[in-house]
Amino acid sequence: NRAVFFAGPGGGSSDVQWYFSQVKGAMDDDVAEADIISTVEFNHSGELLATGDKGGRVVIFQQEPESKNQAQCRGEYNVYSTFQSHEPEFDYLKSLEIEEKINKIRWLPQKNAAQFLLSTNDKTIKLWKISERDKRAEGYNLKEEDGRYRDPNSVTTLRVPVLRPMDLMVEASPRRVFANAHTYHINSISVNSDHETYLSADDLRINLWHLEITDRSFNIVDIKPANMEELTEVITAAEFHPNQCNTFVYSSSKGTIRLCDMRASALCDRHTKLFEEPEDPNNRSFFSEIISSISDVKFSHSGRYMMTRDYLSVKVWDLNMETRPVETYQVHEYLRSKLCSLYENDCIFDKFECCWNGNDSVVMTGSYNNFFRMFDRGYRQDMTFEASRENSKPQSVLKPRKVSTGGKRKKDEISVDSLDFNKKILHTAWHPLDNIIAVATINNLYIFENKMN
Amino acid sequence: MEVSAEAKRIMVVALGKLYSSRTQRGGVRLHRSLLLTLVMKSARDIYHAAQTAAESAAAVCEQHTEMETCAEPSGGQELQSPSSVAAGRTETSPHLLPGDADSHSGADKENTCPFGPAQHTRKRRGKATAEPDFIPCKKAKLECGISPQQLHVSSVLDYVKCGELGPPIPLQTVIAAC
Repeated sequence: NRAVFFAGPGGGSSDVQWYFSQVKGAMDDDVAEADIISTVEFNHSGELLATGDKGGRVVIFQQEPESKNQAQCRGEYNVYSTFQSHEPEFDYLKSLEIEEKINKIRWLPQKNAAQFLLSTNDKTIKLWKISERDKRAEGYNLKEEDGRYRDPNSVTTLRVPVLRPMDLMVEASPRRVFANAHTYHINSISVNSDHETYLSADDLRINLWHLEITDRSFNIVDIKPANMEELTEVITAAEFHPNQCNTFVYSSSKGTIRLCDMRASALCDRHTKLFEEPEDPNNRSFFSEIISSISDVKFSHSGRYMMTRDYLSVKVWDLNMETRPVETYQVHEYLRSKLCSLYENDCIFDKFECCWNGNDSVVMTGSYNNFFRMFDRGYRQDMTFEASRENSKPQSVLKPRKVSTGGKRKKDEISVDSLDFNKKILHTAWHPLDNIIAVATINNLYIFENKMN
Repeated sequence: MEVSAEAKRIMVVALGKLYSSRTQRGGVRLHRSLLLTLVMKSARDIYHAAQTAAESAAAVCEQHTEMETCAEPSGGQELQSPSSVAAGRTETSPHLLPGDADSHSGADKENTCPFGPAQHTRKRRGKATAEPDFIPCKKAKLECGISPQQLHVSSVLDYVKCGELGPPIPLQTVIAAC
């Protein structure tokens, strides 16, 4: 059993540092579009790390067991399984191509030797079983070793087949396909704490599925107006509560979060709680609606809080208080004066995700220039790091980065105008039990870990 | 007038993005289209505010609301047929081109839904393939007193729905400043 190990967040405190551990993916400048990483997710034990990409592939990395010689050296993540989850499809009725890009991966809690995950593209969710085979049966009576059937008349004795070890083979097989339930583009899936059901959300509707049943789902939220001209907001993310199986939340493009209780009614169109912070009138601009749209919502592991990400900030909400968040962290406030350019180059539409560390003391999210940010809720510190090839020497320490906002640029600081907006970190994940993080640049996956000095 | 110039630029960029999203792989994204519509609405409102403030033409704009070629049926009034709506709008379309900064008469021409009716006349859709949800509204949204913002959402979403249903329809007119 891995010891639960929550040192401080690192960076600010001198005791703890973040180190580069590994980088996955091609390191050349030419990025194939299919290789663009679109989702990253640790499983519940942290032993497995899954990525999905624009080409519809899923790659699963497995952590090697800790080396007994080096006490604090955690095992490396190596490729465990790779498979094509989704293929491009064509909707002939609407004359639309359905992208194979994997929007989300969510692991099921492990029940037996096999691992299960849900992966989804815009329209179809699939349940994949990943199982190991390390033994092969040999010595069949009716078959030769190469599979040819033996003539039954030639069998004179009987033997019991024996299991012989073989090279480990990891097989991924699709066990369920949940299709045809979404008119709009799926943005979220979330496994319920009952381990039997899960939800899928698109722009206007949320459906509840049973993992065993593929031919029907229940619609639990429908915000489609009778007249589409009256549409003012869409659903941007949804998640089940980590331990209350009747509770889920969904965020909207208007910056609100609704908490729903499935016990209240079959159709949860009326929320139980509405979380909304009034807009600061001083910050009003042409782009206020775009930047207040929530791109991700995540419950804390405890279930007491939830976190939302909008374009410029991360907000932590106490589920008991709907009027405003309890904490707000500015991710890259220096971009507020650049919104017009970010609108023209489309960056303002980027959907950043966010994540909690294992004990909910630190939150993390990505930014531009391959920067990612951590906010320590307890120590009130924030750190900026960069995922870059220059920092890719094994065990090299991550230096904190800083963006200069004032007139004078200090040494080692980078000015806002030098930021590379093509290098964005949209997807990050934190190991559920340890201080290991996975940070996805456009086509590379960086793994960092921290340890005490 | 920097504000109104910026507003106009924002609107034009939004339209360009909406137009190019039709050819995007994976189909038109509702969320993105909605945000672009909201930006356009914001920009247009600010542009109008800047124009009317600068030129004190509030009275002129009110006169022009009566010249609407699209009218929401109310109290049993008949809908104008699509062809007449289109004809009415074709006449006004020259006023809708951006860069025509002087014409006040265009101020409310943009309240005539440039996307919706234009596309209705071109659209051929079998009943079998059209779900009720997706049939674009053939009625203009604008009623007296209702803010024009709904119209923009309507016109863009008509545009969105067309993208979902059939082959792309070329953009006829541009929602623009006067």
